Amino acid sequence: MSGKIDETTMENVLILAKLELSGQERAQAAAEMEKMLGYVEKMNELDTSGVEPMVHPYEIGNVFREDEVTNGSMREELLSGAPGQEDGQYVVPKTVE
Amino acid sequence: MEIWEMTAVSIGERIRQGEFTSEEAVRSFLDRAKKEEGRIHAFVRLDGDAAVKRAKEVDQGIREGRYTGPLAGVPVAVKDNICTRGIPTTCCSKILANFVPPYSATAAELLEQAGAVALGKTNMDEFAMGSTTETSYFGPTKNPWDTGRAPGGSSGGSCAAVAAGEAPAALGSDTGGSIRQPSSWCGVTGIKPTYGAVSRYGLIAYGSSLDQIGPIGRDAADCAALLKILAVHDPKDATSAAGTPLKIEVPENRDNMAGGAEGLRVGIPEAYIGEGTDPAVRDGILQAGEALKKAGALVETFSLGLEDYVIPAYYVIASAEASSNLERFDGVKYGYRAEKGPEDGLHEMYKKSRTEGFGPEVRRRILLGTFVLSSGYYDAYYLKALKVRALVRGAFDQAFEKYDVLLAPAAPTTAPRLGESLSDPLKMYLGDIDTVAANLAGIPGLTMPWCLDEKGLPVGIQIMGNRFREDQVFRAAFACEALRGTWKEVWKREGGERS
Amino acid sequence: MKQYETVIGLEVHVELATRTKIFCGCSTRFGAAPNTQTCPVCAGFPGALPVLNKKVLEFALAAGMALNCEVNRYSRFDRKNYFYPDNPQNYQISQLYLPICHDGKVEIETAAGKKAIRIHEIHMEEDAGKLIHDEWGDCSLVDFNRSGVPLIEIVSEPDMRSADEVIAYLETLRDTLQYLKVSDCKLQEGSMRADVNLSVREVGSDTFGIRTEMKNLNSFKAIAHAVEGERERQIELLEEGKAVVQETRRWDENKESSRPMRSKEDAKDYRYFPDPDLPPIVVSEELLHKIRSRQPILRKERQRQMQEVYGLTEYDASVLTSSVYMAELYEETAKLSGNGRKTAAWLMGETMRLMKEEGLEAQNLRFSPAHLASLIRAEEEGRVTPHSAKKIFAAMFREDVDPDQYMEEHGLAVVRDEKALEEAVDKVLAQCEQSVEEYRSGKEKVFSFLMGQVMREMKGKADAASVRSLLLEKLKKSL
Repeated sequence: MSGKIDETTMENVLILAKLELSGQERAQAAAEMEKMLGYVEKMNELDTSGVEPMVHPYEIGNVFREDEVTNGSMREELLSGAPGQEDGQYVVPKTVE
Repeated sequence: MEIWEMTAVSIGERIRQGEFTSEEAVRSFLDRAKKEEGRIHAFVRLDGDAAVKRAKEVDQGIREGRYTGPLAGVPVAVKDNICTRGIPTTCCSKILANFVPPYSATAAELLEQAGAVALGKTNMDEFAMGSTTETSYFGPTKNPWDTGRAPGGSSGGSCAAVAAGEAPAALGSDTGGSIRQPSSWCGVTGIKPTYGAVSRYGLIAYGSSLDQIGPIGRDAADCAALLKILAVHDPKDATSAAGTPLKIEVPENRDNMAGGAEGLRVGIPEAYIGEGTDPAVRDGILQAGEALKKAGALVETFSLGLEDYVIPAYYVIASAEASSNLERFDGVKYGYRAEKGPEDGLHEMYKKSRTEGFGPEVRRRILLGTFVLSSGYYDAYYLKALKVRALVRGAFDQAFEKYDVLLAPAAPTTAPRLGESLSDPLKMYLGDIDTVAANLAGIPGLTMPWCLDEKGLPVGIQIMGNRFREDQVFRAAFACEALRGTWKEVWKREGGERS
Repeated sequence: MKQYETVIGLEVHVELATRTKIFCGCSTRFGAAPNTQTCPVCAGFPGALPVLNKKVLEFALAAGMALNCEVNRYSRFDRKNYFYPDNPQNYQISQLYLPICHDGKVEIETAAGKKAIRIHEIHMEEDAGKLIHDEWGDCSLVDFNRSGVPLIEIVSEPDMRSADEVIAYLETLRDTLQYLKVSDCKLQEGSMRADVNLSVREVGSDTFGIRTEMKNLNSFKAIAHAVEGERERQIELLEEGKAVVQETRRWDENKESSRPMRSKEDAKDYRYFPDPDLPPIVVSEELLHKIRSRQPILRKERQRQMQEVYGLTEYDASVLTSSVYMAELYEETAKLSGNGRKTAAWLMGETMRLMKEEGLEAQNLRFSPAHLASLIRAEEEGRVTPHSAKKIFAAMFREDVDPDQYMEEHGLAVVRDEKALEEAVDKVLAQCEQSVEEYRSGKEKVFSFLMGQVMREMKGKADAASVRSLLLEKLKKSL
């Protein structure tokens, strides 16, 4: 099954993943994905009808915490590594035009 | 014998008995590291002063009776994807190169409470994505047995540190074999515990449903002693097993450990020693099986099944989870942010920071993972992989009805030359064939050295057990160690060279 | 022109009134300094892991039951992946595949009559942080205090046909959720937010038109305007032979118009998949029973009971049930005082007046039902004059003082001292000779002036009836 990763798909995946590749890098990435997908399609040989997808490695459920405040402010420690900060907030490029 | 040649458990014993101090032990490893690091590059951060300072505190604590455990005062190295408060934790990625977490992983905290002394942070494949430690942003680690060869990965730094005598024990993490395969290539012992046995809190996630932190040491007793400290329920990790379901005993008297083989039911999945497996690796497994049999174990080969499908399922699931887990690295809250161009807005900041911050292997897996989750492909790839995963688990469930443990290689080959694996990603992925199934099924797997191949490189054996049956895994490992003889004797006898 | 019908479905986000966030132990208190209620979990730091707040599940189940939903006995969280700075992990933990509740319905009432609105599903999720835009600079600031605050999203079927129905539906939801105490549902503060999905079609058509989603609606008025505006915009497009584009639009209440929200960089593919960090939720019979047994009586029924038991008018009962906290305060106080009407008068009069003055909400009132009941009894028994009662109440309103103790301490109890009263009356009669004469000459109106003078002399602490009879007596005598 080749040709799955056409230009439109590659562009879409890059937008979703917030990555930027151009020219040679982009072509190579598409080719590698294509090859890997071709390989993983081996799974289609298996009949999995009626098989429940396994989301967790073992059955556990109902893990909760109580509604009690346990955290104080960690603002300074958390903010100390921010690429941009101002007035106790994280600075990002403007999000509205 | 120098302190740096001793096992973690015996160092702990001697510190408790007052034979030497934690500080002396730490200095011994630091001296050794000073000599070895130039060739090996196991560590990405080694803060000798901090380690000595901490060792002094622990010595004081031992004298005052605050630290009484078996590993009090013992130096331990920590893989660089395990958060350590106030100490850079980078996942060996440019995107986190300046990240200093203001919190510690539960595993690191437990070690600290037990009085262990953190020596430093070890090298790894970037975000644990790789099988040779060559994708590290800080350059590769070399295999102490042959510095032209790869130590394995992704916990290559941790395994090489132990193999080179730069640390008696280390923490690693294992998503698809990242503890077991480098342990095999470096001739050390490492275990990936049952999923849920060790808290993942503070482990920077790669594949959340596959990741486990585990110990690496000189022998099985070291691993058992460390795992006993680590396998504690953590309310901060919802996937952490409640209670303490692991029955791990570290036997004090290990005179008759071969006796553990008596009546042990051992299955060797035949595909694991079939086509594609190096003869030396296959022979190692068969010899170990033979030895166990002689000691009273029931050993047979059997067909586990589904071997062709574990790599596809693993790479789909791991990449999918990784693509989501790594979204948080965006240049906003911490880590690398690309320089702003004149026309750059928010999305350019995202794209540039991530493209410049992640290496090619990480980008490759993010793209694959993004694709398999995307609209129109989810069912065909991701959901299909989850179903295959269920089948794989079913196959192991069946096997453990018949066997207490499974015996298999941890990699089809011994350590390859540096650079060999990077040229073809798919080929590198296929090398994980012996290890990924345990992660898919969530079962424990331990690797220990058995013999050397004709090149003088260690050949490891992997012992897998049922979920939360680490006791059986260790029973088998202790028996194999007894049947093999001390590792040093083995490699000296077989003419191995190790620095 | 053709006849068009509007088809509306609502996605309502409700912030749950838990003490802590959905997946970490950070406080949800409103109004804290930026990022002071954040931790590695809710700020999206590496290695941090979510653990579900049990109260969130209980609240979601309570809401689902009250809205007549089916409960998914096996439920799970999914990750919704999209990059935005207010979303620290760049995925939101939500529920897509197995939401906690589904297939419910609520009954609404408009001028046109009663109607059932079906609920498609209710799911649990985390709120995003807040972005503040620097007006002059080229940057925005991110505050994660709200990141991780628990939400339920209530998704209706496209069953509404007018702005009236939309408002009635939202009011019903708000009343229900407030009575359950799972949320305070304040649109202005954003603890209740509605996204409106709207399409139009020709009357009689049985297929839906292309719909748009309208965001940024923070009052009932804005919602009504947005419904009208979008209906007109779509009809205009169709009349011009153009197509409606399926998109998300942002409503601007000042301009009373909307515009599309997203750019091409936001390819809309959320890549939902089950969150591997969170084990599934298995809802037991026991838990359902526990929640069911705690379900309160909802507003309509409470209102009916008030009218029946305490003889209140429909209007009064409706005012007193506008907040569950007011309703509870009323019920408790009426029970203790034994006087439903007086209780209603106190709450609708002085209480609400002072609340308005102070900008206080019913749940923040400080006085206890027991103390208000004591005051009502004291007044009834003539131990305190209405004038003093107001003073005492003002003190109770400030800090929950005991009215009996307070009237003692401040000398506000009605004076039963006949001698003091007589002296006061004599004094007034002596001082106001002119008025007394006027009274005698038949000008009975001055009586109330004399009453007032005595009361003033008594500093308002005298019982009016006693003053009146004594004053009449003395005036007669001196004739």
